[in-house]
Amino acid sequence: MFDDLRDLYQEVILDHGRKPRNFRRLEDADRSARGDNPMCGDRMELFVKLAPDGSIADAAFQGRGCAISMASASLMTETVKGKSPAEAHMLGDRFRNLAMTGTCPECGAELEEEMERLQPLSGVHEFPSRVKCATLAWHTLNAALDGGAKEATSE
Amino acid sequence: MNAPVQPGFDVERIRADFPVLAQQHRGRPLVFLDSGASAQKPRQVIQAMVRSMEERYANVHRGAYRLSEAATADYEAARTAVARFINAADPREVIFTTNSTAAINLVAHGWGRGVLQPGQAVLISEMEHHANLVPWHMLRDDNRGIELRICRVTDAGELDLGDLEAKLADGKVGLVAVTHMSNVLGTVTPAARIVAMAHAKGAKVLLDGSQAAVHRRVDMQALGADFYAFTGHKLYGPTGIGVLWARLEHQERMPPFLGGGDMIASVTLEGSTWAEPPAKFEAGTPPIVEAVGLHAAIDYVSAIGMPALEAHERTLVDHAMRRLSDIEGLTLLGRAQDRGGVFSFALDNAHPHDLATLLDRAGIAVRAGRHCAEPLHARFGLEGGTCRASFGLYTTEGEIDYLAEALTKAREFFA
Repeated sequence: MFDDLRDLYQEVILDHGRKPRNFRRLEDADRSARGDNPMCGDRMELFVKLAPDGSIADAAFQGRGCAISMASASLMTETVKGKSPAEAHMLGDRFRNLAMTGTCPECGAELEEEMERLQPLSGVHEFPSRVKCATLAWHTLNAALDGGAKEATSE
Repeated sequence: MNAPVQPGFDVERIRADFPVLAQQHRGRPLVFLDSGASAQKPRQVIQAMVRSMEERYANVHRGAYRLSEAATADYEAARTAVARFINAADPREVIFTTNSTAAINLVAHGWGRGVLQPGQAVLISEMEHHANLVPWHMLRDDNRGIELRICRVTDAGELDLGDLEAKLADGKVGLVAVTHMSNVLGTVTPAARIVAMAHAKGAKVLLDGSQAAVHRRVDMQALGADFYAFTGHKLYGPTGIGVLWARLEHQERMPPFLGGGDMIASVTLEGSTWAEPPAKFEAGTPPIVEAVGLHAAIDYVSAIGMPALEAHERTLVDHAMRRLSDIEGLTLLGRAQDRGGVFSFALDNAHPHDLATLLDRAGIAVRAGRHCAEPLHARFGLEGGTCRASFGLYTTEGEIDYLAEALTKAREFFA
């Protein structure tokens, strides 16, 4: 009945949804922000620890939501470690493209490995109402890194 | 002429009246289980609205020409049809609004701000949807000294009548505003008893009939309430039209809500005097075509007969109760004795949005989230929301079986 949904719910998504990585509070975080999609009830708090050179030393999150939103946050925290805030923003832009269109034509060799890690989430583009689940974590990361708006939403 | 509706209850014949139900979804018929959010429309309603626009349309209450007179007659005939449908004593008790939300806001403005006095309270319940919650928050926060009290819901999902009595006891409650049927739990509240309890303490009663008016015969003279709100689009009619039933003596006491044309007796540059009820509350060009559609919807369900609809729904509710209770890991929200065809549920290892995506893939349309009833979900510890299957007169037992089968497979999918 649901076989063709394996494109959306790939094993890696189900795995990260069930057992999100970096699912904890960073007590010594330099930056944090809340992400909230009130219509669907997805809610998360994201923590970022910066290295002396300004790059992301550690990223973690807590919250609740659907498998897509939890898996996306989990994969994101794994992906952005070691990246500069500018690289993290760029990854976020590309990821949003990937989530909305299923492809990322402007993705060159640069950050290729990172985009590959996020690839399993590209299936959401076929589900317009679910794209916001996948992008909430990245909106929240932007809010944390920019330090301005402390509450992000992708609705 | 509209297509005639056959008397008696034949679900297949009824389904044939709803063009959308002929849709295929991935090679399967659409299984539409979101009628509680908005119901599908029968051809009779669609045709009546088309005919109104093609043959009998002009603005109402204005032109002294044939088309305007025809449109005015149709608009007022809709009011009479609504009055008959809910057994109102007088068609003037029927105020047309745009939906239930607008009807409730009209009471919150007219009665809440116009009649209630500082020190009085409004009593609502934990099972209200946002339409019967937010307007009262706004009234409470308006610095008029109006208190908001909230009646508890039992673990079974019924109104806690002991708590209701306790919160009415000091006589300060001026208005009780509660649902007649929960859009999440399916619970039908004991409306006549609530009215008696409230009236005994001097409180007026607004019943939110958004769901109940679709599932039950509602009789204004038997219920004895003061205000009753419902909407057209859940009753197989169009969007954009709702009803506030309000006793004439209450309409006299309430100031108008919106100002504009059609609601005035006379206007000078210095001021206006109000038209008689219900026109006083129908400012501006009303939903004319929508009123015709609502009339056709009422004719449609009336021809089938509300008792026949209730009997069909009871069969569906019993069947769904049996089938859904059998599914391992499924939590049903609410176990009220008196309930209608609305089932909210959570599956232990699937988030409601993931579950709704799976069900959609199987051709099943359900609502996922908190159904505009966030506090109620918090009350039952399900902040993440639920999925909700809600039935209409076209729902079949076969569709419920298919839902149960899909839920069982969804559980395996996420295992």
